[in-house]
Amino acid sequence: MNEVRKPPVATTGIIGWLRLNLFFNWTNSLITLFVIYCLYQFIPWILDWTIFSADFKYNYLGEQIANQEMCSRNLDPENGGACWAVIYVRFYQFIYGFYPKVEVWRVNIAYAMLALALLPLLYAKLPYRKYFLYFTYIFPVIAYFLLNGGLGFTEVSTNKWGGLLVTLVLGCTGIALAFPIGIMLALGRRSKLPVISMMCTLFIEFIRGVPLITLLFFGMVMLPLFLPEGIDMDGLVRVLVAVTLFQSAYMAEVIRGGLQAIPPGQYEAAKSLGMSYWRMNLLIILPQAIRISIPPIVNTSIGLFKDTTLVIIVGILDLLGIGRGTLADTNWLGLSYEIYFFVSLVFFIFTFGMSRYSLYLEKKLKTGINMGAD
Amino acid sequence: MSEESIISLKNVNKWFGDFHVLQDVNLEVKKKERIVVCGPSGSGKSTMIRCINRLEEHQEGSIVVDGIELTGNLKNIDNVRKEVGMVFQQFNLFPHLSVKENITLAPIWVKKMPKAEAEELAMRQLEIVKIPEQANKYPGQLSGGQQQRVAIARSLAMNPNIMLFDEPTSALDPEMIKEVLDVMVDLANGGMTMIVVTHEMGFAKTVADRMVFMDEGKIVEEASPDKFFNNPESDRTKLFLSQILHQ
Repeated sequence: MNEVRKPPVATTGIIGWLRLNLFFNWTNSLITLFVIYCLYQFIPWILDWTIFSADFKYNYLGEQIANQEMCSRNLDPENGGACWAVIYVRFYQFIYGFYPKVEVWRVNIAYAMLALALLPLLYAKLPYRKYFLYFTYIFPVIAYFLLNGGLGFTEVSTNKWGGLLVTLVLGCTGIALAFPIGIMLALGRRSKLPVISMMCTLFIEFIRGVPLITLLFFGMVMLPLFLPEGIDMDGLVRVLVAVTLFQSAYMAEVIRGGLQAIPPGQYEAAKSLGMSYWRMNLLIILPQAIRISIPPIVNTSIGLFKDTTLVIIVGILDLLGIGRGTLADTNWLGLSYEIYFFVSLVFFIFTFGMSRYSLYLEKKLKTGINMGAD
Repeated sequence: MSEESIISLKNVNKWFGDFHVLQDVNLEVKKKERIVVCGPSGSGKSTMIRCINRLEEHQEGSIVVDGIELTGNLKNIDNVRKEVGMVFQQFNLFPHLSVKENITLAPIWVKKMPKAEAEELAMRQLEIVKIPEQANKYPGQLSGGQQQRVAIARSLAMNPNIMLFDEPTSALDPEMIKEVLDVMVDLANGGMTMIVVTHEMGFAKTVADRMVFMDEGKIVEEASPDKFFNNPESDRTKLFLSQILHQ
């Protein structure tokens, strides 16, 4: 009878893992101990500062904090960590900007709808996914009327928008619009028609060769000059145009990279089956090219989401802008740690989510597919 | 062009840069005829059959397929491609689609066939190539021979009048060549017009109505298999046959 031999105990299980990864030899063990010591020093300190000794709404005397002088750490430097009261007091501005309080329910509904619109994209096994996807497609139109006004809603001018609202509007619209435009530009650049290919190449190279800040100024100052007289373009829309153009140039190059990885045989097989140029690209080439490009697509999208903070220089107050505005308020002077920590945390939650989503997509799309194999 | 010719190549010339890859090629193929094209590598045999469905453009001469002349006219090209199926050396299955989806894609999107009907058709084609049990797998999970048979089924699903085979067994491991050739023999016996570029001389002897031997961009010899293998005219053909049959 064949006896099944098991691997030696010392190489499996927790003990085996520890030995192989943390204490493989003496340098390895030394580094492990050093890192453990650093974590031992750092973690209790950061937990104490952010949570245990921090003020949330009341200081250590039990008074409700209304300005920086009442923070525990300003009353008694020996006592107290972060003073989160500034976030608590200014929370509304961080999330909605200067959106009128009476109308704020519209923003809340838009946030909820955004979550609902993302749901079918994030979760492929959702029941009735098709109908949810229809909602995702019409969501931008609904969100426009909901946030901006019209169709019976009172108009709320975009200069009252701010904080997370602006960050999400810029990030989501930029990413969502740049994707199809980028695909068209990438296909255009590879087109056999020299005029189309040259125009796309010129566009991509010009936009990529210019810093985003320059494009933002361009959108703010020069875009109105190109419009017919009498038509006034909204400030946020001008910035959106700049952000979208910028992102689509990068997206085009990322997708072009994916297109180049598709073997010519795929084009030939599609053509020999009688498929037209568009069918071939939509059904055969792009699904494979985009699959290959998921990591860089998410990479540039995360980049754009963070770059939206640059709109502060053209006077639009996004999440970071509201934070800086708060710091300039004499009531909250000197609380920069708390504010930057909070703004970073919010950005991190969104970008980390995007990064995890890309990992999930890669895993999901890899099943059963042996790309590039004969 | 004679009345019953389904493919007619007249004085076809093509260059890759300065390289004259097809030189005054003339070929008439009748309906239901099975042609095997052979010749050393670089002789232009693949280029010739790729011109027939316009994967390559010829620069001089005329190519007429089923009464449609191949020119720059995109509509004509589309119509010819609907008539002509092609099987490639590297299979070229779509790796992101299952076997069944590979086969149903073109009928659904090019022929506007309802999905259920296309799936039924796909299963029938898979029966013909003898792998119905692989319908839901992905190309990457199949052996080379199975992939090539799926590729044949995918072409057949468009119901072509003509099938072109571009070295269909050259990328296969030896033990898989037979399963693909068997399918091709069945197809030939079923009356399909076929042009096959191959070095499988056993296959050629079994099914070919006519052998075409190419060298340096020209058709050197055209003959029945019997005459071609036993009594070839040109010295170039004799040399080629002696090399390929005694390897």
